[in-house]
Amino acid sequence: MSGSEWTDPRPMSPHLQIWKWHWTMAASIFHRVTGVGNYLGAFLISVWVISIAAGPEAYGVVEGIMLSPVGQILLFFWLTSLLFHFANGIRHMIWDGPKAGFNPKTASAWSVFNFAFAIVAAATIWSLATNLF
Amino acid sequence: MSTDFKTPTAAARGLGSAKSGTEHHIRQRVSAIALALLVPWFLFAVIAASRSGFDGATAFFAQPWNAILMILTLGAAFYHMRLGMQVVVEDYLGKAGMKQGLLILNTFVCVGLFAATALSVLKIWITASV
Repeated sequence: MSGSEWTDPRPMSPHLQIWKWHWTMAASIFHRVTGVGNYLGAFLISVWVISIAAGPEAYGVVEGIMLSPVGQILLFFWLTSLLFHFANGIRHMIWDGPKAGFNPKTASAWSVFNFAFAIVAAATIWSLATNLF
Repeated sequence: MSTDFKTPTAAARGLGSAKSGTEHHIRQRVSAIALALLVPWFLFAVIAASRSGFDGATAFFAQPWNAILMILTLGAAFYHMRLGMQVVVEDYLGKAGMKQGLLILNTFVCVGLFAATALSVLKIWITASV
């Protein structure tokens, strides 16, 4: 693509707002959305890792940001995003490797499972991390 | 009347695939397999390392296995991130210039963050064992 103008006169495929939403489509879109989310969240974790090497003062500042309400909300969303991408990524490998789970009913159910897994696992890990440790 | 003297083959050449899709796909999957194994450990590591302040975090990465696994996780993650973001940029940005700029920025960000974080883990580990 050399320019931003669309010159192809052939009809375009229906865009997001025209498609009827279904679980497999949602899982596919959210795989990409969470991928970008994980990318952005990696900045936060990178700053944390670098601050450990930088010394106690720097670590204190970063720890303060992480433990602030905004930091905690970002971390929780990042955890959920990471877990969804993780579960759905494993499904991608099962699709590519053993080539299983393409049946529409299975694919839909598996998509629902991945969303449920992300939320339940994030809540479980979060409560274990804040209560048991 | 057309003044294009190119043969149909010459006109079509260079417009097909870049012949690098399979390689990209395999790299994406191999880094994904590494991450599928490393991410569960990574979640445990971040929680374990962050529960008792600066000293706890330093002590955690002073352990050789933790330092090794962390550097492996960072390598696999930043590599996987670079490949994934590359596809996102290629899919949504048709504008020449902007697209190439973001692709280069993506590489610089991922390589830069890997260098900075891997060096940090090494520094923590080496400082603790001196």
